[in-house]
Amino acid sequence: MSEHGSKAATASEAHAGETRRDFIHIAAATVAAGGVAAVAWPFVQQLGPAADTRAASSAEVDVTKIPEGSEIRVLIGGMPFFVRHRTQAEIDRARADDKLPLRDPASDESRLSKTPDGSYNPKILVTSGLCTHLGCVPVGPAQGSVGEFGGWYCPCHGSHYDTSGRIRKGPAPKNLAIPTYEYVSASMIKIAL
Amino acid sequence: MSGPSTYEPQTGFTRWLDARLPIIRFARDTVIDFPTPKNLNYWYTFGAILAFCLAVQIVTGIVLAMHYVASTSGAFASVERIMRDVDYGWLIRNIHANGASMFFLAVYVHMFRGLYYGSYKAPREVIWILGVVIYLLMMATAFMGYVLPWGQMSFHGSAVITNLIGAIPVIGEPIKIYLMGGPAIGDATLNRFFSLHYLLPFVIAGIVVLHIWALHVPGNNNPTGVSVKDVKKDTVPFHPYYTVKDGFAVVVFMILFAYFVFFAPNALGHADNSIEANPLQTPAHIVPEWYLLPFYAILRAITFDIGPIEAKLLGVIAMFGSIGVLFFVPWLDTSKVRSMRYRPIARQLFVLFVLASVGLGFCGANDPDKFVFKFGPDQLVVNYVDTNGVAQVSPKFAEYDGPEGAAAFARALPPSSGAAVAVVEDGFKWLWLSQILAGYYFLYFLVFLPLLGIIEKPKARPPSISESVRKKQSPSAASAVNPAPVAAE
Repeated sequence: MSEHGSKAATASEAHAGETRRDFIHIAAATVAAGGVAAVAWPFVQQLGPAADTRAASSAEVDVTKIPEGSEIRVLIGGMPFFVRHRTQAEIDRARADDKLPLRDPASDESRLSKTPDGSYNPKILVTSGLCTHLGCVPVGPAQGSVGEFGGWYCPCHGSHYDTSGRIRKGPAPKNLAIPTYEYVSASMIKIAL
Repeated sequence: MSGPSTYEPQTGFTRWLDARLPIIRFARDTVIDFPTPKNLNYWYTFGAILAFCLAVQIVTGIVLAMHYVASTSGAFASVERIMRDVDYGWLIRNIHANGASMFFLAVYVHMFRGLYYGSYKAPREVIWILGVVIYLLMMATAFMGYVLPWGQMSFHGSAVITNLIGAIPVIGEPIKIYLMGGPAIGDATLNRFFSLHYLLPFVIAGIVVLHIWALHVPGNNNPTGVSVKDVKKDTVPFHPYYTVKDGFAVVVFMILFAYFVFFAPNALGHADNSIEANPLQTPAHIVPEWYLLPFYAILRAITFDIGPIEAKLLGVIAMFGSIGVLFFVPWLDTSKVRSMRYRPIARQLFVLFVLASVGLGFCGANDPDKFVFKFGPDQLVVNYVDTNGVAQVSPKFAEYDGPEGAAAFARALPPSSGAAVAVVEDGFKWLWLSQILAGYYFLYFLVFLPLLGIIEKPKARPPSISESVRKKQSPSAASAVNPAPVAAE
């Protein structure tokens, strides 16, 4: 509207008038830009997760209900998580592989959380349910395929995860992520996004 | 009006583009160099204000559609979620809901301005007709949008309107069924209303383009109604003169808009619409949004049958007729003088017309059987059954107690008469006012405008736009000439 020195600007007033008009142009454009920015802010913000979505971003799981050797899958805000009750053989296998050269090195214990009494409960492994390659959901014991390393297998592009959820083979670059979670009691965990 | 283009591409790229898609030339000719009468007043800024309103409604509407759920079970909750949980959803919905009111406020000013300055007259009939089409589409869009929150007023208001259409003989019932997609307002209705509510604003935008295109052929009318005679003397370029004037008016309008959005977001709505729709319970007092009230008043003003046509259908005919008559205004007004500045009688009748239109709005908001004012204090009567078993009404009493009171009259009757005291109110009903005002509304278009062109003697008009402006600035300038009306001046 005002970036343009038009015929009117140079119509009558001499030098002093021009600087005043320049000031008006700049001031008007600045106010308009400020107004546009102020209006743009809410219109961008509304695209983000709403308050109810944010509020529904955690879930509690009773880990004693999971049969040994099996896992449950939890959806929080549409995001899948695996809670696996590992057998002793699976725990031993994961610990034995700690010493091997891994693509994304991490010890099995580093992928666990402490229970309220300060110890680790190696039977329960909690991971994200998204393959770190392109976000597919890997299959596990309930789907009849655990991959070459006994953990999970991603059918999309053939990534194999071991019983600690670590990437061992295939295109995925990282281990299955460990979500933010804590033991609220010896038997209950709370997973948050 | 715009004449030959004066745009000269300056760079290699603009010359290349100008030979292929002369869009810069088009923009310069239409919004920068466009010659505009130099005497346009602030009433002429409402076109820009309306463009602003349409843009606001489309932008906020697209955002709301991202969060809205079009189903009878989810609509109300999704709107509440927008208000409570979506970041700034309250702001965007308040802008959209109040934006509809602001849009209509602006369109009414715009239409009254057109009627006052004779902007519908040759050669601008098509501009006017396109404007009426836009107005009709606005009403349809607003009506369907009001159904979407699925509140009590949404539901029962839409039931009333669809039943109105059902009153049209022969074709009414099938149209009603196709509109609702079932025996009653339900999921099918809500989904098609949502779809059309999203579509129609873009149709409006398309017709706005035609409206402005048609405007740019003869150019703007102006408060004197005198045509541009010398482009150099009578006009100024649209930019910066009217971009700045329109911009300033838009900013002032935004202040009013913001007042409603931030300080009175529900002032123009109805409390009943905060209750989820319940098909089994109609609110006590059903009214449309304020901008449709005058037509609602005309609909209800017809309480009498004429010949074989019953009142219900007559009301519908009157209501649609009150909008339909606008299409014919360019030919109903027979005066050769455009601006009512120079039409002493028409000007007064126009003021009455505005008052009647606003008054009809008040009639639409009030119960037709309630009173504008009362003739006197309320009085008491006694209803009883006489000894022959015939129901009787006593004379009116001012008092309940005392020797002259209604109680004394009732005591004098035998117990078997079943005497009961009732209050009698007497006054001037809103119904009567709406009948008078609706009558004036039609008289104005169908009788006064055609007749005045013949009998009215217009005042002298300025010989040109530049003369009219010069006269204002220097009172000593020669007085206006041109007393005899020239065709379409």
